[in-house]
Amino acid sequence: MEKILTKNIDKPNSQDIEVYLADGGYKALEKVLTLKPEEVIDEVKKSRLVGRGGAAFPVGLKWSFTSKEDGEPKFIVCNADEGEPGTFKDRVILRNDPHLLLEAIIIGGYAIGTSHGYIYVRGEYYPEIEVLEKAIKQAKEKGYLGNNILRSGFSFNIQLYKGAGSYVCGEETALLESMEGNRGSPDCRPPFPAQSGFLGKPTAVNNVETLANIPAIIINGGNWYSKIGSPGSPGPKLFCLSGQVNKPGVYELPTGIPLRELIENYGGGVRGEFKAVLPGGVSSSLLTDLDVKLDYKSIAKAGSMLGSGAVIVINSDTSMIDVAKNTIDFFAHESCGKCSVCREGTRRAREIITRFANGGGRAEELDLLLELGEVMYDTACCGLGQVAMSATTSAIKLFRDEFEQKVRE
Amino acid sequence: MSTALWKTKVDEVTKQRGKARETLLPCLEAIQEVSGYIPQEAVSYLRENLDVPSVDIYGVITFYGMLTTKEQGKYVIRLCNSLPCYLNNSENMLEVIERELGIKAGETSPDKNFTLEVVPCLGLCDKAPAMMINDKIYENLTEESAKKIIAELKG
Ligand SMILES: Cc1cc2nc3c(=O)[nH]c(=O)nc-3n(C[C@H](O)[C@H](O)[C@H](O)COP(=O)(O)O)c2cc1C
Ligand code: SF4
Ligand code: FES
Repeated sequence: MEKILTKNIDKPNSQDIEVYLADGGYKALEKVLTLKPEEVIDEVKKSRLVGRGGAAFPVGLKWSFTSKEDGEPKFIVCNADEGEPGTFKDRVILRNDPHLLLEAIIIGGYAIGTSHGYIYVRGEYYPEIEVLEKAIKQAKEKGYLGNNILRSGFSFNIQLYKGAGSYVCGEETALLESMEGNRGSPDCRPPFPAQSGFLGKPTAVNNVETLANIPAIIINGGNWYSKIGSPGSPGPKLFCLSGQVNKPGVYELPTGIPLRELIENYGGGVRGEFKAVLPGGVSSSLLTDLDVKLDYKSIAKAGSMLGSGAVIVINSDTSMIDVAKNTIDFFAHESCGKCSVCREGTRRAREIITRFANGGGRAEELDLLLELGEVMYDTACCGLGQVAMSATTSAIKLFRDEFEQKVRE
Repeated sequence: MSTALWKTKVDEVTKQRGKARETLLPCLEAIQEVSGYIPQEAVSYLRENLDVPSVDIYGVITFYGMLTTKEQGKYVIRLCNSLPCYLNNSENMLEVIERELGIKAGETSPDKNFTLEVVPCLGLCDKAPAMMINDKIYENLTEESAKKIIAELKG
């Protein structure tokens, strides 16, 4: 497949605006400035692009909601907080092709009708922050950012916000709280950010990879894009392959390719003997079927979720109790503590799993954990609490005997 | 570190971004960066300048992993222990580093040279196990490479 998202990353000095311009960079923006905002949104709707940050919401719809809301000014915020363990794809774009992202954000701003763009980038991404700062400066110098862009009458600026080490701040409402100078606790929805976001104004929050698709959609058309990969959720996807696999890395492939192909043809095969995989980071449920297709619907049907596309491979030397313990430790640490079901649930689950890990499990507690997982899924306020138990409960369901062997005599 | 430095930084940030509550996190980050922690006087300074109550400022500081009111070591080691790194022996790296430094995760060495933290995913999972020391990235760690890195920093 022709590369769309990563086509520039291997070029020498790919971060430089001259290199970006030499291969048609900012041409999509030039085109957009001759269109009406509605026409831009229609093209994105036609592409059927869905968000790549985890929730898979249609981008055209989000932009159209935001543009139609009353309330000024509006905002567009790029979510570059990339924190889901196993996810390292946005970093590839941020570090190697910052102008692709800037061009996309400017287009998004034009489409929803705002001059205010933000990038919330995780604080640990030091090299990427430097690259972004430089790219913003270059884009201003060339007239792609700032007042009266390319003499179109449209003005747009981008401000960077740095995160400070909090996974839950990647959740969009928490991210906006963080930008407002608050603790990064998610808000219960509705209202959605499109209605009431940054400073209470209509705000479109889009993931880095999501936005990186936009220039190609504008240049080649939404219809062209909608024919790539899985018809239900088309397009290229950046898959992050990690764990016990021979060639971990980011692979740009069309949605819908079989998991087996990703691991064997691209990832050089499993290191050791295959046992299970988390297809969407530690927030997803374990799968043992390598023939499942990597698109949102197929993975959901198989009982897991594709999320951000963080495929973590686990081999047969690994104890599933250790996997459960590692993931629940993570969620207990990252829970913001606002809802008791998530705050207490993750801690109690951690205590129980830790007992199993030490050979002191109690048999009846396995079913309690399954029940706790369901209660949290149904009642937690944000996605973190809803999926915090997914890896653990799927480990119990698929590998129950491993847990039973660790029941106290 | 000198007081003047963080004050200058805060003034720079507020000049550029305005004295609104939305500037709180950028200010705290700037202080953390130049001082290595957020001193009490800096909290008072922000309270006056941004008109945000101190409790809220402490609330924000305690929420974020990269902000702290405790003085940290010259080198802050952040070793990842999320699943992809864990599956590539990060626990073993932790043991090695703890042994080399003579401190446990969460502690700062008595000479204030090192702070060791175990952190969630750093977005370096294809080069696991990985860690950062201040703003530098160290990938594909092995027992030998980890020992060497620490020895070099110890000088
Ligand atoms: C706990 C949690 C963490 C999240 N972390 C991220 C993240 O790091 N990056 C991201 O783009 N989206 C993240 N999301 C999803 C965002 O809430 C939001 O759906 C996304 O930024 C919207 O952009 P998209 O539609 O382009 O995917 C997270 C969600 C939850 C519940
Ligand atoms: S589910 Fe957990 S992380 Fe989300 S708001 Fe509730 S306590 Fe916070
Ligand atoms: S899991 Fe260690 S860097 Fe991602």
